[in-house]
Amino acid sequence: MLSALLLMLGIGALCGIILSLSSKVFYVYEDPKIALVENNLAGANCGGCGYAGCSAAAEAIVNGTEPPSLCIVSNKEGVEKVAEIMGVDAGSAESPLSYNMCEGGNRASDKYHYMGITSCKAMGVVFGGKRVCGVGCIGLGDCVKACKFDAVYMGPDGHPVVIDEKCVGCGACQQSCPKNIIEVKTLSEKLMKFNQKQDPLAPCAQTCPAEINIPRYINQLKEGKYKEAVETIRLRNPLPLACGRVCPHPCESECRRGIEDDAVSINQLKRFVADYEMNSGSRLPIKCAPDTGKKIAVVGGGPSGLSCAFFLRRIGHKVDIFEAMPKLGGMLRYGIPEYRLPKKVLDWEVGGILDLGINAFTHVKFGKDFGLGSLMASGYNAVFLGVGAWEDYSLGIEGENLNGCYTGINFLQRISSGEKLKLGRIAAVVGGGNTAVDCARTLLRFGLDKVYMVYRRTRKEMPANEVEIVASEEEGIEFVFLAAPVKVVGNSEDKVTHLEYLKMELGEPDASGRRRPQPIEGSETLLEVDMVISAIGQSPDASFKEQDPLPRMTELELTRWNTIDNNPETLQASIPYIFTAGDAATGPSLVVDAIGGGRRAARSIDLFLKGEEVEPVVDSLQQKRIHESLFASVDGIKKSERAKMPEIHVNQRLDSFIEVDLVLPEENAKKEADRCLNCCRICYNPDFPISK
Amino acid sequence: MEYFEIFIAGVFINNILLAQFLGNCPFLGTSKKMETAVGMAMAVVFVLVMAGMITWMVNEFLLVKFELDYLKTVSFILVIASLVQFVEMFLKKSIPALYAGLGIFLPLITTNCAVMGACLLNISKEYSFLSALVSSFSYAVGFGLALILFAGVRERINLARVPKPLQDTSIGLVTAGIIALTFMSFKGMV
Repeated sequence: MLSALLLMLGIGALCGIILSLSSKVFYVYEDPKIALVENNLAGANCGGCGYAGCSAAAEAIVNGTEPPSLCIVSNKEGVEKVAEIMGVDAGSAESPLSYNMCEGGNRASDKYHYMGITSCKAMGVVFGGKRVCGVGCIGLGDCVKACKFDAVYMGPDGHPVVIDEKCVGCGACQQSCPKNIIEVKTLSEKLMKFNQKQDPLAPCAQTCPAEINIPRYINQLKEGKYKEAVETIRLRNPLPLACGRVCPHPCESECRRGIEDDAVSINQLKRFVADYEMNSGSRLPIKCAPDTGKKIAVVGGGPSGLSCAFFLRRIGHKVDIFEAMPKLGGMLRYGIPEYRLPKKVLDWEVGGILDLGINAFTHVKFGKDFGLGSLMASGYNAVFLGVGAWEDYSLGIEGENLNGCYTGINFLQRISSGEKLKLGRIAAVVGGGNTAVDCARTLLRFGLDKVYMVYRRTRKEMPANEVEIVASEEEGIEFVFLAAPVKVVGNSEDKVTHLEYLKMELGEPDASGRRRPQPIEGSETLLEVDMVISAIGQSPDASFKEQDPLPRMTELELTRWNTIDNNPETLQASIPYIFTAGDAATGPSLVVDAIGGGRRAARSIDLFLKGEEVEPVVDSLQQKRIHESLFASVDGIKKSERAKMPEIHVNQRLDSFIEVDLVLPEENAKKEADRCLNCCRICYNPDFPISK
Repeated sequence: MEYFEIFIAGVFINNILLAQFLGNCPFLGTSKKMETAVGMAMAVVFVLVMAGMITWMVNEFLLVKFELDYLKTVSFILVIASLVQFVEMFLKKSIPALYAGLGIFLPLITTNCAVMGACLLNISKEYSFLSALVSSFSYAVGFGLALILFAGVRERINLARVPKPLQDTSIGLVTAGIIALTFMSFKGMV
């Protein structure tokens, strides 16, 4: 008996001593907050938050990887207590919301007829969910069943609808979805989402350089939800008013209706909802994530800079814009004439962006008035360079400095700034791009007798937007095709009198696929003009590199086109804290390219500021197409007329700078929205049922 | 050859879950998801081998020596519980990666009857130290095998339409019974 007692006592004491010793020896510091936080969680160990038990959840909260509202069971008081322990405001943590990615159109009902299977998960396992679409919503409502807060219901079209007010962002629906259609995302995550290869994307949305969810906003327009449509656009594009006017809409050339019929007039619809907001007299509130305390300098207030600043601000960073010109807008203001994009509209749009709390400093030129060193010294954590491409290429021919010669962007910019230039009576604009057309149409509006456009190839090869070419034809611009200027002829007072050009003929196609023009020997011809504008392309003005006194600046690498060299996927330049997009990085390109680039740069800057590796988006699409979504023919299309763009009559145009293109009337916009097939990756809503 | 026989017997013939019906609680509790099942299986292998060694030594050097065999059960409980606590602390400090992997499963097995049962079986069969080690390991492997098999089956059952009264644990027990029946066919192999 005694020995038994002694033995048990001995074993017990030994175990106790070893354990107490080892608890000292193997002591691992644990934040006392973890225990405090855990006491305030529900203690149900339910795993609803996605962590194995409440202590793991508490640890995640204390480590800052999860917000105080992580626990899906605890009530408001509990959340507030946790927030108090953590020393943060309960409301300030960015709360994620459930978000349905699949549009589904009205197709869910006719897409799926399952025999006896009642859950998406089972369907996903048995058939891979691949009845019609490999990535689309299965529509059996696992997410609805998974939601403990009644925040998800099965919508009338057969795919889930999320009630934002009820959603607590617990992620139960996301875990239950076998197709990753419903995702729980914070606003920042939504703003920084880029097209990926496995996404449910319609061809138009794959093509848009800004990656706007086009089918979604057209559908919202159709349902009369104009505000929601604007919000959808603003997730990707901060400048819908400007884009709605000047975008050459590459999306429309991929429109699935366009295969059998005229493409949907996507851009006009964008303009319609954007104008609707402006004309409604009040701005829609733009949501921003809580402040992060990081500060970024955006150099250049053009489309890429505005876009980058807009998205950085929305994900919670502090942004200051530095602009060399007197006002923000870049090429939108100084390169695009009033009759295409009225300054009033641009002012309204830029105002909305600045209202988010972005500071703008104008009249300060990078390299001259401030430099990289002064930005770093002022505590900016990263720099975005969106200085654009403002330097015109010169023709490189004799006499191009004569009195009466101008260069394209320089000319447009001086006109836009309100400078009074001495204009002639007959002008020749050299070049075939948008800048050249803008110059020519601007000159006409100043009442010149005759405006020639001199281009060395033919109309077919002109890089300008088709609508612009048509409009300039209507307005009476005379085209001189297959002509290469060789000399500007002047009189004794150095005043331009003639433009001498060589006639050309088209030869073999060159690298760009366009046929290379070749001069015809001895075909010199004189064109009588008293003004020559050369608009044959631009390159960035990289003079800041030499002007900046900071030695580090020499590390910034430029390409041979004078653009700033960057990683094409992350847009990070050769100096790690510099990011660049827009014309400064790509050379002259579209506004919408600059907008998309600005957002992409914002993502990289965000990663950089968080101290993470600046890596490209995984499986990034970047305007590449998803092969299976491109059709050769489309069934079930009934031809219908595309909405005509209303415009003011030619007679009214020529003596004024009022806007030529008008916005669609509401009725026509809705009719045009009805033409949209609401495509997704491989499905769409046909006009009439297709029998199979 | 002897060790091989012990191993085969431990894994298949005397499978701790399906032939001896020990440790039914974690068998049903942690078999809903493959991921958890694998974590649990790893933890059991780890703990059971450790416990098998320690309890053998406690038995040989303390209980037998002082003729206190009747204290086997109570002293084993004490020793195993302390051992698991100790291992948990040790892992947390020294091998955080393994600790994160085994995580919450370690304390779950503190007083698991499968562990306890295997240790007592080792003693009652009067194994040598090495045999006890092999047998502990094989019981643990058998536990893991059964658990992972069962988790796979249950994941598929989740997708099927099960009558309401039979859902979840009920159908789990029915299935466990059928799997146990199939394991009966190993009887008499060795």
